[in-house]
Amino acid sequence: MSQQLSINGVTHTVDVDDDTPLLWVLRDVIGLTGTKFGCGIALCGACTVHIDGVPRRSCITSVRSVGNASIRTIEALETTPVGRSLQKAWLDLEVVQCGYCQSGQLMSAAALLAGNATPSDEDIDTVMSGNVCRCGTYGRIRAAIKQAAAEIHQSAPEGTR
Amino acid sequence: MSGTPSHALSRRSFLVSATATAGGLLIGFRVPLARGQSADAALEPNAFVRIDRAGAIRVTLPYVEMGQGAYTAQAQLLAEELEVEIGQLTLEHAPPNEALYSHPVFGDQITGGSAGLRGAWEPLRQAGATARTLLTQAAARRWRVSPSSCSAERGEIVHASSGRRIRYSELVDAAARLPVPKNVALKSPAQFRIVGKPVNRVDTPDKVNGKAKFGIDALPAGVKFAAVAACPVFGGQVGTIDDTAAKSIRGVRQIVRIEDAVAVIADHTWAARKGLAALKVTWNEGANANVDTQALVAECNAGLDRPGVTATTHGDVKAAEAQAASFYDADFRLPMLAHLAMEPINCTVHMRKDSCEIWVGCQRLALARRMAAEASGLPIEQITVHNHLLGGGFGRRLEADYVAQAVRIARHVDGPVKVIWSREEDVQHDFFRYHNHSRVRVGLDANNAPISFSHKIVGPAVMARWLPAFFQNNVDLDIISVAAGTYAWPNVHVEYVRVEPPRGLNVGNWRGVGASRNAFVVESAIDDLAKLAGKDPLTYRRELLAKSPRLLNVLNKVAELAQWGTPLGAGRGRGIALLDDFGSYVAQIAEVTVSRSGQVRVDRVFCVVDCGFAVNPDIVKAQLEGGIIYGVSAVLHGRITVAKGRIQQGNFDDCPVLRMHDSPLIEVHVVPSLEAPGGVGEPGTAAVFPAVTNAIFAATGKRLLDLPIDTTQLRNLP
Repeated sequence: MSQQLSINGVTHTVDVDDDTPLLWVLRDVIGLTGTKFGCGIALCGACTVHIDGVPRRSCITSVRSVGNASIRTIEALETTPVGRSLQKAWLDLEVVQCGYCQSGQLMSAAALLAGNATPSDEDIDTVMSGNVCRCGTYGRIRAAIKQAAAEIHQSAPEGTR
Repeated sequence: MSGTPSHALSRRSFLVSATATAGGLLIGFRVPLARGQSADAALEPNAFVRIDRAGAIRVTLPYVEMGQGAYTAQAQLLAEELEVEIGQLTLEHAPPNEALYSHPVFGDQITGGSAGLRGAWEPLRQAGATARTLLTQAAARRWRVSPSSCSAERGEIVHASSGRRIRYSELVDAAARLPVPKNVALKSPAQFRIVGKPVNRVDTPDKVNGKAKFGIDALPAGVKFAAVAACPVFGGQVGTIDDTAAKSIRGVRQIVRIEDAVAVIADHTWAARKGLAALKVTWNEGANANVDTQALVAECNAGLDRPGVTATTHGDVKAAEAQAASFYDADFRLPMLAHLAMEPINCTVHMRKDSCEIWVGCQRLALARRMAAEASGLPIEQITVHNHLLGGGFGRRLEADYVAQAVRIARHVDGPVKVIWSREEDVQHDFFRYHNHSRVRVGLDANNAPISFSHKIVGPAVMARWLPAFFQNNVDLDIISVAAGTYAWPNVHVEYVRVEPPRGLNVGNWRGVGASRNAFVVESAIDDLAKLAGKDPLTYRRELLAKSPRLLNVLNKVAELAQWGTPLGAGRGRGIALLDDFGSYVAQIAEVTVSRSGQVRVDRVFCVVDCGFAVNPDIVKAQLEGGIIYGVSAVLHGRITVAKGRIQQGNFDDCPVLRMHDSPLIEVHVVPSLEAPGGVGEPGTAAVFPAVTNAIFAATGKRLLDLPIDTTQLRNLP
């Protein structure tokens, strides 16, 4: 069946069965390969995207369930101030090794900071423990989230802090 | 692998050999034509660097990027000697070409064994210096001055006394006509401005915005997608297929049957996966249908009781044992392990009548091409391989079985096809680290001081298949790596009993290779021996390391960093481990907490590394940090088991790995050094196994001889 999807502000018409996970529509049908396949059953977080701002594992999210919600992928992370701060912190602290899981890590971190501007270590652990990294970059991810949070806090206009 | 530097070749001879055989790489250096430059003329004095008239500097990187920072370190080496900024370079993956891009010691195009940087250290600096020398000579000729009065700076040749400067791009034609010098002077470390600095990684900007292309991201025009299932019993074959239901699924285009696997080809991966689930397959399970882990372990146990082949021997162990007052005896058993790289195994192939084009990320590109030639039936010249970034290697991508499989599938498909393994397929058809058993006997004098050390190792000879030059006199040089540690044993005997898995159960290299088994054995034994001698594990090691100043230095530094000897709370303990391998010296101290229910948490790991000259100190730290996490996952959870010829695990639920909340805090200190660079990808992993179990020993008094740790043995301990 034909369905319209709003991805990174662009409407795409796709013709797939409605049980098709968003992951494969993004990667194979639309060609947005920044979102990664890691486990297929929502255990590793590599496929994390935002649907109406909420982090979702796209490998188990059918296109039917998405409807006309707004989808954001790693390719559009830089369009938000939180996203840009996280990307900068990731590079400043050289978080990344192989990089395969980092799209998902960044999307999870962006959702965390959007809802909690000053997360504690425990807050970070709770949210980020859904994302596996086999290169072992966890310590740097935690530090980068804190750096990004501090930067966002500093640059926020007076009265909004 | 790790056997490379320390056994097949001593550490010193590795470096000598790397330098000497760099000539093998130099054979491939092309001498530019003396005249008749074409429109695309460029200065291309060797296989690594090409400078064109527009000023573009293309660098071809022989060692693949799998997260270890290889691209950055290689770019640093070349930019340093070429006297340009890293940002001026255009970096390219090397194509498969054994003559040009083989590792000087392995003799094939391999990124592994923590040896890439050691392989690149001389050749890439030579490559940059050669180009810089030619450009300097060309400028000197133009200005009619002596080359020694000219210098190179940030992409220009400068004649300081006259103030003249000229860009490299303007010298390309003249430099390309000059004979390529055989010997060029390399900069001394004091002159380095890029090498030795924690410069930013070159591969990471595109890894935070989704633009980085891994093998799995290849999308050649018209590509179809394949889901594949190999026979779940290793070594088995396809029996019958009923594809009626699979073919009725929308988007499914084709069912492909090869000898040992079935594949469903579709418009996208989901349709392919649904098709595969709907496919009714019977398998001819073959000889392994009843193999289970118990039988495999029993076979290795039996190996412990068989005499082996002598691997190394110093002094006279038999005579010493005859005089021993007592013995320390211990058997160690290590499990099968999978790799679980984040990027599941995949390969994209376009098979045409007379050519075969491949998109993949692989640690052994030339092997991939050779295996593709064999699988396709085409001459090797007709095989093109586009290498990509690797979403983790850890040794799994040192194999190319998946390339051959994808080619065999693609032979039946019109147009390009991307074969992606499910995570379960990735786990169950891995090239596992196999069971590895060890028996240690240490002869002790009346004061419980060691007078002999003997170590029997039981396991497969991966090198016999994977790199035959490292299988010598019936000994696998990797599996015996660091089998006696670096301690001053008066008499040493190491022997090897070869036990292979059943045919069809594939085994290979796993991060840390031989050292990730033997460091556990030796460092566990040393801890026990300290206890028998009534000595502190730190003091005891120091006494046996008097002749190993670099190891002693990292040991002393880590003890300081971890505040060895200060009290910890109940249920907590610290454990030391040392490793001298891969050309690097590593000391670690792990801190653990063991709960009353036997649960183990690794709280902190301190690590001091002397890896010789650190080309990029921050990447060194990152490699140790990551290696430690990889090892702790394995020591706590790593175990692959077999029942009825099938692997029983499949995904991150039954193959648990560390996540952020249960990862230790890690502190790495890099010792400044001007010694030749060592490898850093694997030592962190290898050393942390015994650091953790020694910490558990300190916390509970319980010595764990088998891995992964069995929490039931740790319940209700003091």
